[in-house]
Amino acid sequence: MAEQSRSPQDRAEEPSDGGSRPGRRRFLGYLLAAPTLAVAVDWAAGAADPPQAQAAVPSLPQPEDLFDLGDLQNLAAAPTAGLIAVRVNTDGTAYFAVPRAEVGQGMTTAIAMMVAEELDLPMDKVSVALADARPELLMNQLTGGSNSMRSMYIPVRTAAAIARQRLVDTAAAQWGVPASELTTRGGVVTGPGGRAADYGSLTAAAASAQTVAVTARLKPSSEFAVLGTPQNRIDAYDIVTGRKQFGMDMQVPNAKPTMVARPPTINGTVVSVNNADTVRAMPGVTDVAAITHGVAVRAETFGQCIDAIQVLDVTWGPGTVDGESDATVESKLRAAQLPMTVPPLLTESIDAEFTFAFASNSPLEPDNAIADVRSDSAEIWASLKVPIVAQEEIAKQLGLPVDAVKVHVIQGGGSFGRHLFHDVAAEAAETSQKMGKPVRLSWSRTDNFRQGRTHPMCISRVRATYALGNVISYEQRHTSVQTDFGHGLGEMITATAAHLPVAGNLSFAETIFELTQSSPYDFGITTQLLNEVPLQFNTGSMRNIYSPNVVCAQELVVDRLAEKMGKDPVQFRREFLKDQRLLAVLDKAAEAGGWGRAMPAGIAQGIGLHAEYRGAAAALVEIDCTPETVNRPIRDGVSGPRVTKALIVVDAGFAINPRGLEAQMIGGMQDGIALALTSSLHIENGIPLEGSWDDYFYTREWNSPLDLQVIVMPNTSDNPSGAGELGVAPSFAAVACAYARATGTMPTRFPINHGTLGFVPLPLEPSTPQSPTDGLDQTF
Amino acid sequence: MPTHTFMLNGRQITVEAEDNVRLLWVLRDLLGVTGPKYGCALDVCKACTCHINGKAFNPCSVQVKDIGPTDEITTIEGLPATVGQELHPMQQAWLDYDVAQCGYCQPGQIMAAVAKVEQVRAAGREISDADIDELRNICRCGTYSRIREAIKAGAKNM
Repeated sequence: MAEQSRSPQDRAEEPSDGGSRPGRRRFLGYLLAAPTLAVAVDWAAGAADPPQAQAAVPSLPQPEDLFDLGDLQNLAAAPTAGLIAVRVNTDGTAYFAVPRAEVGQGMTTAIAMMVAEELDLPMDKVSVALADARPELLMNQLTGGSNSMRSMYIPVRTAAAIARQRLVDTAAAQWGVPASELTTRGGVVTGPGGRAADYGSLTAAAASAQTVAVTARLKPSSEFAVLGTPQNRIDAYDIVTGRKQFGMDMQVPNAKPTMVARPPTINGTVVSVNNADTVRAMPGVTDVAAITHGVAVRAETFGQCIDAIQVLDVTWGPGTVDGESDATVESKLRAAQLPMTVPPLLTESIDAEFTFAFASNSPLEPDNAIADVRSDSAEIWASLKVPIVAQEEIAKQLGLPVDAVKVHVIQGGGSFGRHLFHDVAAEAAETSQKMGKPVRLSWSRTDNFRQGRTHPMCISRVRATYALGNVISYEQRHTSVQTDFGHGLGEMITATAAHLPVAGNLSFAETIFELTQSSPYDFGITTQLLNEVPLQFNTGSMRNIYSPNVVCAQELVVDRLAEKMGKDPVQFRREFLKDQRLLAVLDKAAEAGGWGRAMPAGIAQGIGLHAEYRGAAAALVEIDCTPETVNRPIRDGVSGPRVTKALIVVDAGFAINPRGLEAQMIGGMQDGIALALTSSLHIENGIPLEGSWDDYFYTREWNSPLDLQVIVMPNTSDNPSGAGELGVAPSFAAVACAYARATGTMPTRFPINHGTLGFVPLPLEPSTPQSPTDGLDQTF
Repeated sequence: MPTHTFMLNGRQITVEAEDNVRLLWVLRDLLGVTGPKYGCALDVCKACTCHINGKAFNPCSVQVKDIGPTDEITTIEGLPATVGQELHPMQQAWLDYDVAQCGYCQPGQIMAAVAKVEQVRAAGREISDADIDELRNICRCGTYSRIREAIKAGAKNM
């Protein structure tokens, strides 16, 4: 608690335990001066999982073993923590504005569970909102790295526990009885003689006139009634009734629909707009303005923006990667590969190389933002995972002081890494400033695929040497088009990188790579290195960043080693795994998934393992590669092999919400299937050819498994691991390994259908195609 | 500007709009009915799926002039009223199976599921995996397995 001296404390109090919670570590918080009870804690007061060195293993520990990305985020948070507060309202509800983004991962539900648990309050009396950008929180307001649960678990519970204790003390004082005789349940304090008071009736009296430091003990997990139990999403009802509000559903006065005509190459620019007046005269159109990467049109409806884009005549300037296509990028990557160091002498060896195409992290909700920029202030609404950086950079761009720019974080319709970047909010701000009017700016679907963020192409080379039943060395050289980490994590890394047990002058991306990648196998001399090629594509950290590719390559080679050494893939892994939690999920998956059952020709099982974010997961799939399945007819879609059965076994440390955890694993599996089999971007002359979901083949119902099961292992820790990204890598690997076993050929290019263009590309201009008019011919 | 009259969620409405404006924008931008989501405006992602006279369709791909005065448009907001309950059985099944993640596609998924169940019933069958495989609605969070379970459960109560 190095921050105590800078925190707003006047005096410290040692209140009662408000019941019986003896003998446990106390956590510090503050009663805030407020009209009703409000309790704040230092955001990073207690990272749930401080770094721990692991037991010695025959392979030297890699950096990720000692200290992973989440630990780094926790550590970086500590010296800059601001305060976060739980408030109890007079209607007996609790309110908490969480400085994180909700994009479908279930974070708000888990937070509500933490508050409900420690406050002894029903879930439906807890309301969780997304906090506006709060610059004082510095890097503590970043959603990423599967870190939310790990960083919030202790602080949120501490605030709620102090609030509960204060309510008990207040009732005890009013009734003249010792606090130890009172109990809390369902939002009511109960005392001797049947006295009872609900929280709402106590909150004003419980409020503090000045800010006071207090401590509380947290419930032991043995007393949990909410945490660790399956809970439905708190926004499920709003979702199924259509009431949940996303960015474009918000009603901001006069913020009219706005779209952008875009250049035919990535990050192209505007030389001239040749018919702006004609377009301004079109029905519904109110404004036309050239902006950095296109020409913005504001109209009464989005449909009229699309109409205008059909008509706009623009002379475009060059983009940032105009000469690049799949083949040119791949050759640049190959030229940048770092050398292997272990010569394949005196041993047998496997050399393999895997190429992964560009992938889109576009969520289903098209990127959008609302901006209302005035001469002296601005207000922004968008789904943002790093809102502080958005606020600072948009203020700079607009020429306004930071505190004149309000940034509201809106619920996002998916992210997968996209909302780490605020480029859409910045574009909306630029447009609003140029037009002098509020705008509700949405990218089109085609914009998202062609100009949006991507997971870059990469090549993973692996060399493994083996002799006498042992693997002597495992080397992996991962070469990627650079991943853009320019969303602010950089400050955090700079502040702490010097303390890392990582030798040498690593770049930021190399640092992330080193912190997230670690071979779980006892393969002797083990090195995994990253090199990046600085091409100016729009890239970013797609769900699970490097791991899906690195682990897919690794697990394919593991299967190859097993084959060469005459062993069953599962048995081989059992013998070489050094991670006991992975061994446990492997055993469970093999047992529950019926590993080794006889299968007809063309059908096979595959297994993939991955540990990250202090969690562990095993995926076991069955794939059908028979011709009748591969060639089944699908209108405007790809068929190909089908994963018919899938199982993920996950050890998430402490599973806060098993139902939400299952959901994250299900999504991770679908992502893995898509990355292995069908979904990729084809780059041609500086732009992806994909322009719709019938081009970018994310998993659809017809190629999702008919049988998908998730097994959550019994808790192995008191603290939650990260889980939002954990399922992707093992699933991808399992599908690739199953495909190799079903076809007898190890795939080396992903997705496996990338070599065939399965669609007719939409034109590059107009950048957003006109909507069809034949919808009534397709009813069912 | 032309006016257009049709039935929306059980009420007759009249709206001023150019003839070619797609119904999705009439609903969302002019009438403030935001349950149907914009996902592509290409009749591909199906996030905007609604019903016209009880059949699934995508308003992103229908011009408002092609909707007649007696056409009944039902959006997710009007679905419960079609069965006279607070929630349609399919919505309840979505809750029971905690289907949603981000939720953006789910109004469209539910509307498509209801229509698909009714379509196969009209053909004298119960919903099967092969029928569900025909649904084109994208869920980028990948909730497909829970969608599949919820459709089968919801169908039983329809």
